[in-house]
Amino acid sequence: MTLEHPLIPSASPLTSSLDGLKRLEDAGAPAVVLASLFEEQVDLQHELAESIRHQGAEAYAEAVSYFPPLREYRVQADEYLELVEGARRRLGIPVIASLNGCTSGGWVGYASRLERAGAHALELNLYHLAADPERSGAEVEQRYLEIVQGVRQQIHIPLAVKLGPQLSSPVHFVRQLEKAGASAVVIWNRFYQCNLDLEQLEVVPHLELSRSYEMLSALTWTAVMFARVGLDLAVTGGAHTVEDVLKALMAGASAVQMASELLLHGPERLSQLVLELGHWMREREYLSVEQLKGSMSQQRVAEPAVYLRANYLRTLQYGGERWRG
Amino acid sequence: MARMMDGNEAAARVAYRTSEVIAIYPITPASPMGELSDQWASTGRTNLWGDVPRLIEMQSEGGAAGALHGALQGGSLATTFTSSQGLLLMLPNLFKLAGELTSMVLHIAARSLATHALSIFGDHSDAMAVRSTGCAMLFSSTVQEVHDQALLALAAGLEGRLPVLHVFDGFRTSHEIAPVELLSDDDLQALLPSELILAHRQRALSPEHPVVRGTAQNPDVFFQAREAANPYYERFPDLMQALMDRLGERTGRSYRLFEYRGHPEPDRVVMAMGSACETLFETADALVHAGEKVGAIKVRLFRPFSSAHLEHCLPHSCRALAVLDRTREPGACGEPLFQDVACALMHRRSLQICGGRYGLSSKELTPAMARAVFDNLSAEHPRARFTVGISDDVSGLSLDYDPSFTLEEPDSVRAVFWGLGSDGTVGANKSSIKIIGEQPGICAQGYFVYDSKKAGARTVSHLRFGKRPMARPYLIERATFVGIHQFDFLERYPVLERAEPGATVLLNSPYTADQVWEHLPVEIQRELLEKKLRLFVVDATGVARTAGLGGRINTVMQTCFFALSGLDGMEGIKKHIEEKYPARREQNLAAVAMALEHTAQVTLAGRVAEGEALEPLVPEEAPAFVREVTAVLMAEQGDRLPVSALPADGTFPVGTARWERRNLAREVPVWDNELCIQCGKCVLVCPHAAIRAKLVPPWLLADAPDGFLSQKSMFREHPDQLYTLQVAVEDCTGCTLCVDVCPARDKSHVARKALGMAEQRPLRQKGREHWEFFLKLPQEPPSKASQVKEIQLLEPAFEFSSACVGCGETPYVKLLTQLFGERAIVANATGCSSIYGGNLPTTPWSKLSSGRGPAWSNSLFEDNAEFALGLRLAADAQAARARRLVEKLGLQGDLRAALQGRDDPESRDLMALLDSLNPRSIWAVGGDGWAYDIGCSGLDHLFASGAKVNVLVLDTEVYSNTGGQASKATPLAAVAKFAAAGRSMPKKDLGMLAILTGRVYVAQVAMGANDTQTVRAFREAEAFPGPSLIIAYSHCIAHGIDMGKGLRQQKLAVETGHWLLYRFDPRTGLELDSKEPTRPLREYLESEGRFQILRQTHPESAARLAEEAQQQVKERYQRYRALVASRSE
Repeated sequence: MTLEHPLIPSASPLTSSLDGLKRLEDAGAPAVVLASLFEEQVDLQHELAESIRHQGAEAYAEAVSYFPPLREYRVQADEYLELVEGARRRLGIPVIASLNGCTSGGWVGYASRLERAGAHALELNLYHLAADPERSGAEVEQRYLEIVQGVRQQIHIPLAVKLGPQLSSPVHFVRQLEKAGASAVVIWNRFYQCNLDLEQLEVVPHLELSRSYEMLSALTWTAVMFARVGLDLAVTGGAHTVEDVLKALMAGASAVQMASELLLHGPERLSQLVLELGHWMREREYLSVEQLKGSMSQQRVAEPAVYLRANYLRTLQYGGERWRG
Repeated sequence: MARMMDGNEAAARVAYRTSEVIAIYPITPASPMGELSDQWASTGRTNLWGDVPRLIEMQSEGGAAGALHGALQGGSLATTFTSSQGLLLMLPNLFKLAGELTSMVLHIAARSLATHALSIFGDHSDAMAVRSTGCAMLFSSTVQEVHDQALLALAAGLEGRLPVLHVFDGFRTSHEIAPVELLSDDDLQALLPSELILAHRQRALSPEHPVVRGTAQNPDVFFQAREAANPYYERFPDLMQALMDRLGERTGRSYRLFEYRGHPEPDRVVMAMGSACETLFETADALVHAGEKVGAIKVRLFRPFSSAHLEHCLPHSCRALAVLDRTREPGACGEPLFQDVACALMHRRSLQICGGRYGLSSKELTPAMARAVFDNLSAEHPRARFTVGISDDVSGLSLDYDPSFTLEEPDSVRAVFWGLGSDGTVGANKSSIKIIGEQPGICAQGYFVYDSKKAGARTVSHLRFGKRPMARPYLIERATFVGIHQFDFLERYPVLERAEPGATVLLNSPYTADQVWEHLPVEIQRELLEKKLRLFVVDATGVARTAGLGGRINTVMQTCFFALSGLDGMEGIKKHIEEKYPARREQNLAAVAMALEHTAQVTLAGRVAEGEALEPLVPEEAPAFVREVTAVLMAEQGDRLPVSALPADGTFPVGTARWERRNLAREVPVWDNELCIQCGKCVLVCPHAAIRAKLVPPWLLADAPDGFLSQKSMFREHPDQLYTLQVAVEDCTGCTLCVDVCPARDKSHVARKALGMAEQRPLRQKGREHWEFFLKLPQEPPSKASQVKEIQLLEPAFEFSSACVGCGETPYVKLLTQLFGERAIVANATGCSSIYGGNLPTTPWSKLSSGRGPAWSNSLFEDNAEFALGLRLAADAQAARARRLVEKLGLQGDLRAALQGRDDPESRDLMALLDSLNPRSIWAVGGDGWAYDIGCSGLDHLFASGAKVNVLVLDTEVYSNTGGQASKATPLAAVAKFAAAGRSMPKKDLGMLAILTGRVYVAQVAMGANDTQTVRAFREAEAFPGPSLIIAYSHCIAHGIDMGKGLRQQKLAVETGHWLLYRFDPRTGLELDSKEPTRPLREYLESEGRFQILRQTHPESAARLAEEAQQQVKERYQRYRALVASRSE
C-alpha cells in the first residue's frame, strides 16, 4: 500500500464515525484505521438481545415479557460493516478496518465480511492479558499465530497485526507472524490498565491518553526489527510531535499511527504535523521518507549494541550521577 | 399451511391490516394486540391500503375510546383492544359510537371485572357489562375464529353500520397457541368493499360538507330518534350471516350465528358463548356416541340477539335447554344469555330452560362438568339455576360432577411441563409447538398457566399434539408426559397429579438414576409406583453448564422431551437454535448433542415408597384461616375449596406471607458479625424484609439457639446491648442487594463484606430456628428514627411480598410501614404494588407486634387518589364527630374507661368512634402508570383539595405490571412496548407540576443514591399539613438491568442527572439534594438494556435521542437550580 505520507490516524473515537473520518481525510490523512470492532461487542450484543428477551419473561401471566420482541435487531458488527462501506464510499483514501480480539471464536469470521464491505486492509489487534497460570508464553503466542493464520485464510487484502509488548522474543515472533501471513506489524498496543478506587475499594477502568515517552519501547524494537523481518513496521502509542514521528521513521517504521495527539488537538493537528515533517526534511535536505526510514535502525547505527545491554549500562551510569545530585 | 399463534395475534393480524388509526392502552390480557400493532408499525409494516397505521398510546382506556370516537368521526377506519376495567372505562363512548351508528370493531380479550377482588383471568363479566350499549357483539370460541371473525366483525360493521364488539375469552383464547389458516389480503379485500369504506369516509365530519352531530335532544324527540335506529339492528343478523356464508365460500370455514351440533333430534341441549362451546360440542359428541340424544349450541352473534335464528337453530325435539353464562349478575333472575334465550323461546311452552354459571375468572369447564350439565337436564326436576365447576356449600347451587369423565384423544401426546418462571421452559414449549404443529398432518395446541407471584414463579405448560384438530379449551387432565424442570418442585407442587397411568416422567435431577429414588419425597415415590410411571432423569442443569449455557436448561429438556415422547422435532430444534440463539448457537447445539447421553431411566421394579413425609405447608401454630384456606391455595388445591371457605366481601386477614416459606433462593446472605458496622443499609434496601436487626439486652440471648450471632451495640444510647442481624433464609429471594449495599469490608480482603452469599440449603434448618428465635425477641422502638441506622430497629409491616427478586419498589413501601405503620391506611392503585401487595394466596401487609398495622385496600387503577381522599374525609369526619361527642359528654382522660358502663346512644356512638381519634396517616400508593397517566386528573384534584393525603409514586418509568409498556414517565430514548422505536418524548415532570401548585410537599428520592434524603423526605411529607407527593425512583426488571445492581443504577441515575433528588416544601421552597451531574448521561444510558437496545434496533434515532436527552438533563438541572435561586432571593 503506497501512502501520501506516513502519519496514519489510528483506531480511536475519531475514526468511529463517517464525519470524524471525513475530517481526518480533509486534514490530510493518507489512510485511516477505523475504530476497532471488538470480539466482545459481537458476542455481547447478541447476549444483550437474548437477555432482553429472557429476563423476567414467561413467568407471570400479566407480563410474559418486558420488551417489544426483538425479531429484527442489528448488532454493532452490522453497524461496523456499514461504517466500512460508508467510509469506502465517502473517502478517497485507503480504509483500514480493525478487529480486536484474542480467541479463535466466531468473531474471526468478520474479517471476510470486512473485506467484502470494502476495507483496503485489516488491522488485527491481538489484545490479550496472559493471566492464565496454566498457559505458557509459547502457548499464548501459538494461539496468536493460529488466529492470524485463520484470518489470513479468509482475506486477500493486506493484514497488519497490532501487538502488545509482552513477548519473550519479539523479533522471532514477528518472523513467525510473517510466515503466518501478516503483511505488517503495528507496535505496541497500549493496554488500558485498571485503577483502584480507594473510596469504594473497587477496581475501576482507567484510560489515559499516551505521552511521548511511551513510544520509546516501540522505537527500540522497531530499530531492532528493521531489516531483520520482511514485513512492514508501524509504530503506535506515544507519537505526539514531529520529532516523535521522525524518530519512529528513522528507527525503521514505514508508518506512524497517532490517536491521542489528534484527540487532544483535533484532526487538523495532522496537517500541521505533516507540514512540520516536510519542513524538517527540507531543512535537512532529506528527499524522501524512504531515505529516513531505518536510517537509525540497529543495523545502521555505529554501535548496534546501544539498543541492547550497552545502553542499559550507560543509563545506569549517567542516570545514577544525575540523581545523586 | 396453518401458522401457530395465539388468539391475540390472530386478532391483531386482521385488526392491523384493516385499520388506519389504532388507539391503545395496556390491560391484561389484551395488551399483546396493541404491542404487536406497535411493533409492526415501528418496522413500517403497512395495512391493506399500503399505509402504516397511526398508533397512539393513550393515558387510559377512556382516552383510547375518545380518540377512537374522534378518529372514526374523522372518517378513518379505527380500532382498539381492551379488556375488563378498560372496557368499562370505554362504556360512555360505546353508547355514543352505537348511537351514531359508527362502523368499527373493538377487540376484547374478555376478563373478570374487579368486584370483591381483582382478577386478571377470563370470563364474560366485562363484555356483559356493556351489552346495553347498542354495539353488536360477536363471540369467537377458537383462535381460528378470532382471526376470521375479526374480519367478519369489521365487514358487518361497515355494511350494517353498527360498532362491533369482538369478544374472545381472555387467556383461554387470547393466550392459547393453536393453528390458524391465515386470511390473505385478497380475503380481506373481498369482504371489505371499497364503496362501504368510502361511505364511511363520507359520513365523516368535514368542513366541506358540514353537519352537526351530537346534539342535545329533549323529551319531544329523543325517544323517537332512539327508535329510528331499529332497522339497523333488525337487518344486522341476516347481513352477518350472509358475510359468514361469503367467508365460508372463500375459505371453507363456515360459520352460523347460532351453531348446533349433536343428535338430529335431541331431547337435551346446552348452549353457551366463547371457548366453552368447544367443550360442549366435544361432550355432546361423546354422549351421542354413547346413545344419548343431546346437542349443543354455540352462540356467535349475541347482539343484536336474533330470536329467529335461534328458533331456527334449536331442534324442536328439545325438551330441556341449559344456557350457560360465563358471568354473574347478582340479584338478577338469571344471567344475560339465559335471560335472552328464555325471552326468545318463551313461546315454546314445553321447553324447560335452565340457567347456569360456569368458568368465572378462567375456572375450567371440563367435559366432566359439561356432562354434569347434560345430566342435570335428564333429571325429573332439573336444577333451574345452577353453577358448575365449584362446590357451593352455601347456596347449594352447584352441580356435582364426576372428574373421572375425560375425553382426551387416546393416541395424542399430552405433555405437561413444570418450569420456573424465566427458566426457558415456556419459551421452549412455544417453540416445540411451532416445530411440531407446523408439520403437515399434525395438530397442536399449547396453553400456559403462570403463577401469581413475580419472584420465583412456577409455570405449567400444557401441550397437546395429535392427528386430529384439537379445540380443547381446558387443561390437560391425563398427561402422557410430565416434565419436571426443577427438582425442588417435587416438594412443593402436585407435579404428578395429571400424569395418566404409564405416563413418562422426565425429571431434571442432580442425582443419577441409581441415586435419585431416596431423594424423592415419599408421596412422589408412591404416585410413581401406583401409576406405574416411567421415570427418566437428566442432569439438565449440569449438562447446560457443561455446554456453556449457564442455568438455561430449556434446550436440554426440550431435546429429551422430543426423544422420549416420540415426536419428530430434532431438526426443528436445531433450526430454532440457529435462528434464535446466534450468540449461543454452539453451546445450544452441544447441549442437544449431550442431552440424551445424560438421560437415564430409573428402574422402579422392586422399589418401595419409604422415607419421611413432607412437612405440612404451614406450621400448626398458624391461624386457622391460614391452615384451612391459605395452605390449600399454596398447595395449588384452591379449586377444591368450597364456597363457604371464602369471605363473601373480599376481606382477608393480614400477615399471611410469613406462613409461606418459599425457599426460593439458591444462595442467601450470611452475616459476618466481626465486620459489620451496624449501618442498617441492608435492612433498609431489602425488598422482601428478609433481613432485620434488633438491639437486645444480653440476657435475652442467653438461651439463643446454637450459632445465633450478635455483636456489641454500636448505638451510642444503648452501649450495653447486643446487636443482632438475622436473615429469613426461607423467605429471602437471594437478590444480593443487601450484599451490594453493604459498606463494611474486610480491610485485608476487600471482596469480603459483612454480608456474603452462601448456599441456602445447608443453612435452611438452622436459619429457620434463628429466625423464629429472632422474631420473638422484643425490640423497643428507637427514641428517634431519622437516620437509616435507627430505621433498621423499626418493625416492618410489609414482608415477604411476591415482588420480583431485587424489586426497586418494595423497599419504599416497607419504609412507609416502618415509619407510619401504626397509623397508616393505604390506598393502592392497581399495578405491581397491588399485585405483590394483594395477590393470593398470601399477602405481605402485616400487623406490628402491637397488634396495630397498616390497613390496605386496592380500589381501582384510575381512582386511587380519589379513593385516598375519601379515606381522608372519612377519617376527618369521624374524628370530628368523636371530638364533638367527647366535648358534649364532658369526658376527659382515659376515654375508653370513662365510657365503660354508659349505655346512652351517644356514648355507644363515641365508643365506636374512639379509634378515629388516633391520628391517621393516609397514603395513596401506586406506580407511574397510575400517577402520570390514568390517575393524573384525580391526583391533580387531590392536590387542589389541600387534603392531608400522602402520595407515594413508585416510579419505574414504565407500566411494569402489564409487561413494560411506555407511560408518560418513560424517559426519552428508552425502548418500551408501545415505544418500540424508542420513546421520542421526554419524561413528564410530575414533580414540577405539583410544585407549581404551590400547595403540595414534593420530594423526589432514590434510595440507592441517598438513603438519608429518602428517609427525610418520607418524614417531611408525612408531617406536612397538606397533600404530599414522593416520587421514588424504582429500578425494575423492565429496565433490562441486573437487578442485583439496582441500587447502583439509582446512584448512576442521580450522578448523571437522569434523576434529580429534591425536596420542596411550599413554606420554605426547594432544596436540591442532587449535585450538578458529574458524569455524562451516556454512562447511564449505556448501562441499561432499555436504552442499549435502541442502538441495535434504531441506531440513528438512538444517537439523536441520547443527545437530546443529555441536553434535557442539563436544562432540567438549570430549571431546578433557578428555582432554588429564586427562593434565596
